[in-house]
Amino acid sequence: MLIKLTGGTVYDPASGIDGQQQDIFVQDGRIVDAPKDGRPVDQEYDLRGKVVMSGAIDMHTHIGGGKGNIARTLLPEDHRMDPVHRTPITRSGNGHAMPSTYVAGYRYAEMGYTACFEPAVLPINARQAHMEMGDTPIVDKGGYVMLGSDDFLLRMMTANKDQKAINDYVAWTLNAAKGIGIKVVNAGGISAFKFNQRKLDLDEQNSHYAVTPRQILQTLARAVQELGITHPLHVHGCNLGVPGNLETTLNTIEGIDGLPMHLTHIQFHSYGKEGDFKFSSGAAQIAEAINSNPNITADVGQILFGQTVTASGDNMRQHANHKYASPNKWVCMDIECDAGCGVVPFKYKDQNFVNALQWAIGLEIFLLVEDPWRIFLTTDHPNGAPFTSYPHLIRLLMDRSFRNDMLATIHPEAQKMTTLASIEREYTLNEIAIMTRAGAARIIGLKDRGALSAGNFADITVYTENADRQTMFAKPDYVFKDGELVVKNGEVVKVTWGTTHIVKPDYDLSIEKDLKPYFDKYLTMKLGNFKISDDEISEDGRGSLTAHPLRGAA
Amino acid sequence: MTEITEVPSPFCGIGTDDLSIQVDGATLKVIANGCAVNTPAFEQAIADATPRIAGQAVSLEAATTKAAELLRGTNQPVISGCATDVNGMRALLALADKSGAVVDNLNFNNARRNLLALQDSGWMNTTLAELKNRCDLLLVVGTDLEAFAPRFFEKYLWNEESMFLDNTANREIIYLGKAPSGNASTSPTGQNANVLPCADADLPDVTAVLSALVKGHLLHAQSVAGIAIADLQAIADKLKAADYGVILWGAAAMAFDQAELTVQTLCNIVKDLNQSGTRCSGFPLGGKEGDQTANQVCGWTTGYPARVNFARGYPEYDPYLNDTQALINNGEADALVWVQAFNSGALPPKADLPTIVIGRSGMKFEKEPDVFIPVGTPGIDHSGHAYRLDNVVAIRLKKLRDSGLPSTAAVLTAIEQAL
Repeated sequence: MLIKLTGGTVYDPASGIDGQQQDIFVQDGRIVDAPKDGRPVDQEYDLRGKVVMSGAIDMHTHIGGGKGNIARTLLPEDHRMDPVHRTPITRSGNGHAMPSTYVAGYRYAEMGYTACFEPAVLPINARQAHMEMGDTPIVDKGGYVMLGSDDFLLRMMTANKDQKAINDYVAWTLNAAKGIGIKVVNAGGISAFKFNQRKLDLDEQNSHYAVTPRQILQTLARAVQELGITHPLHVHGCNLGVPGNLETTLNTIEGIDGLPMHLTHIQFHSYGKEGDFKFSSGAAQIAEAINSNPNITADVGQILFGQTVTASGDNMRQHANHKYASPNKWVCMDIECDAGCGVVPFKYKDQNFVNALQWAIGLEIFLLVEDPWRIFLTTDHPNGAPFTSYPHLIRLLMDRSFRNDMLATIHPEAQKMTTLASIEREYTLNEIAIMTRAGAARIIGLKDRGALSAGNFADITVYTENADRQTMFAKPDYVFKDGELVVKNGEVVKVTWGTTHIVKPDYDLSIEKDLKPYFDKYLTMKLGNFKISDDEISEDGRGSLTAHPLRGAA
Repeated sequence: MTEITEVPSPFCGIGTDDLSIQVDGATLKVIANGCAVNTPAFEQAIADATPRIAGQAVSLEAATTKAAELLRGTNQPVISGCATDVNGMRALLALADKSGAVVDNLNFNNARRNLLALQDSGWMNTTLAELKNRCDLLLVVGTDLEAFAPRFFEKYLWNEESMFLDNTANREIIYLGKAPSGNASTSPTGQNANVLPCADADLPDVTAVLSALVKGHLLHAQSVAGIAIADLQAIADKLKAADYGVILWGAAAMAFDQAELTVQTLCNIVKDLNQSGTRCSGFPLGGKEGDQTANQVCGWTTGYPARVNFARGYPEYDPYLNDTQALINNGEADALVWVQAFNSGALPPKADLPTIVIGRSGMKFEKEPDVFIPVGTPGIDHSGHAYRLDNVVAIRLKKLRDSGLPSTAAVLTAIEQAL
C-alpha cells in the first residue's frame, strides 16, 4: 500500500529539514521516494497546516524490569486513581506513576512516541525486562545492560586483567542479556553498599576490591569504545542527590579522558552547597562542562511536581534517601552478585525549597546546554515524573512566559537561587525534534529510525500547530508506526508490536572458560541457562530482534 | 533414550537448574541432583491426555468451545489456581480481561502476609547468590526450611567456596520458632544449628521482643513464650555483629491471625539494623507452583499482585474480597476456571458452579468438572519461564519430551478467542 502524507510542515533534523512543507510517501513500512512511475496512491492524508516529525524516541525511561514491578506492587493506591478501561482493541490496566505495561505502550504511542529504552537492565534480571517490554505494545524498545558493581568485573579489575579480556566479558554480557548499550549505576557503589559502605566518592576504593569508581568508568567507557558500540557508556554518576555533587560530576567528565560518555539524569548530579540551605544550583558549571567537552552527552531527568516513585539500581543512594519516602514505604534489594535496586516513592512539592530548586536546576541545564544534539528530554521516568508529563515539559522549554509564570509560584527562596528568570532561550520545534528524535536515534545507534528521508522506517507523528505547546504535543493527530496508522486524534486505533533493538559486538568465546567455573562456584544458575536465546523474544509471535551495526561498520 | 542436563525446575521454588534427566519416550527419570520435591514432580507419568466434557472424551476444540460457552454471559467468573508459567499467566490475564473475571492465585492467602507488609512499609531483601556468597548469619523464623526446599542448605549455605567468606562451614544458623525436621542445617564440620523453639502462635510476641532488643530497648521480662530474653538478646547482638545477616521466613508457615504484622516486624528489624550501621537483609520464601510468576505477570499487566477483579472493565485489587473461597462462599461467583499446570493433586475448591479445569494430566476429581482439559507441565512438556522465590530471577524452563499435551497458554488463548 502506498500512502501519501501531503503538504505537512516537516521537521526532520537528520536530513537538515527545518519546517519545510513537503510530501512524504510510505510503502511497506518504510518511507520511500515520490513514485516516478505514476503508481496510484492508495491512501492520502492531507497534512496542510500540520507539523510532521518522526516518531519520538525516549532514550531513558524505566519501562521494564524488576524494580518497576516492585514499584507497581508497592503502590496500589497510586493505580486506583488512574484505572484504564478495556476497549474493543486495547487491554485494560492502570496508570499514573508506574503504569502497567500495556498502558505504558498505549500512552507513549498516544503522545507520538514510537521507541523507548529501558536504561537499567540487570543481566540477571534481563529476562524480566524483556518480558515486560514484550508486553508493551506499539513502541519499539531496547535496554542498556548494567555493569560496574557486578563481582565478576570487579574481580577482573582487581586481578588486573587486560582491557581485551574485559571487552570480551562486556560483549559476552551484552549478547547474553540482549541490550543495545552499557550502563553504569553508581560505579562500584552498589557493590560497596553490600560491604556496608554508605557512600563512595569517585576516587574512593571499594572496601573489598582494589578498585575505584573512576577506574570502573574508564575501563567500561574504553570497552564500549573498543567494541564499537555506538551508544556511549551510559553513566548514572556517584553521589546522586548529594548537595555538592556538582564537583563529582565535573570530575567524572574530566576523568573520562575524552572517551564518549553519556551522563544520565544529570539534574540529580548538578547540586552545589551554597546558600542558607546549603543547597544550590550547579547547572551553569555543568552546562559549561558539557558545552566544552564534545565527548559528553546528557539527559536531564527533569523533576515535575506531584506524586511519583523513584526506582533505581542505586541501592546505596536510595537507602540513604529513604527518609524522604512519601508515602513512607520503600524497598531496597541486593541482587545476585550482579547489582541491586531501591524503590522509594517521592512527592515533589513546589513549596519545598529543595524540590523547587531541583525543578529549576533541570530547566537551567536544558536551556544552558547549547547543542541540542547532546542533551535529551527525559524525566528519568518515573523518577523525576511520569513520562506522561512530557508535553508540559516541552511547553516549559518552548514558552518563556509560561515558564516564568510557573517559576513565580515555587518556593520563594528557590526563586532567588535560580537564574531561570533571566534565561531568554525558547526551544524551537526543530530543537525539540533533535532532542526527541534525530539526536536520540543517533546517540543510541539506531539505523533507519528517527528520520524522515527515504529508506527510514515510517515512524511518523503529526501534530496540529498550536501556540500552547503542551496541548499540541499531548495529542497528535496521527501516529504511524512502521507505516501503520496506530493513533488518531490522540487515541490508539490499532495495536501493533514493535521490535527490540540490540547490538551484537564480537567477543572471544574463550571468556566462557573463566565464566563457567565462576557461575558454577558462586552463582545460582548455570551459564547456559543464563544466556537469553533469540526465541525467548520471538516465540510469542509478537516480538522480534533488530540488530544494529557497530560503529565503523556499514 | 536421551539425557538432558542442566534442567531447571519450576517445582522447588529455589530455581535448581542442575538436574540431569533421562528421557525415554514420555518417561522421565531424574538421574542426578534430584530431591524429595523435584524428583516425583518430574517423574510423574502422563495419565489422561484427552479433554473431557462432563466426563466424556472430546476434542480439544470442542472442550475450549464448551469452556467459552460456559463463560459467556457470566457476571462474575473466577479464574483461580493460576499455577502456570509466564506465557500461561499472560493468556490467563487476557482471558480474565475479556471475560471480566477475578484472577486469584492459589497461594495468595500466604503471599498476602508478605504483600500487606510490603505495601504498608516496604522491606530490604536479598537474593540467593548474595546469600550464597555473603551470609555469615542466617536466622530462620518460623519455618522448616529443609522441608520447603530439601537442597537449600547444600546449594546455598554449605557450598564449598564463596567469594566473601573464608569458610562457609563457619556460617551460623539460628532457628526461631519451628525446629528443623532434619539435619540439613548442620554444618559440614558438624556444627548444629542453634534452635530456639516456640509455638507458631507465639511468634508475634517473640519477634516483637527481638525487635525491641535490636532497637536497644530494655525489657523487664525474663522470658517470652518459653525463650529466655537473654537468648534473644544474644541473637540481636549477633545480628548487629554479623557482616551480612539474613533473616529468612516462610509466610506459608505463619498460619495465625494477622501474621502480616509479624512479617512486618521482621522487615522492620532488618531496616533498623541497616539504619544503625549494620548490613542485614530479609529473605521471604515462596516460588512454588508458580506463585511468584503469577504475582509478577499480574503485576506488570495490571499494576497489582494476583488477586484482581476485571468485572468493571479494568483491574481492581482487593486482597480479601477477591479470595476465591470467599466469592464461592458468598455466592458471588457464577463460574470457576481452575488452572494448575504443576500439581495434579491440587484440585479446585468445592463449588456448585460451572467448572472448567485446565490441569496437569492425572487429576482425579471427586466431582467431575464440566470441562477438563489436561495440559502439559511447563519445564517438562513445553518451554517457558518461571520465577524463583527471590522474585528477581526468571528461569528458562526447557521442553524435555514430546507429549502432545497443549500448553496452558495455548488452551486459555483458544478459550479467549472462542469467547
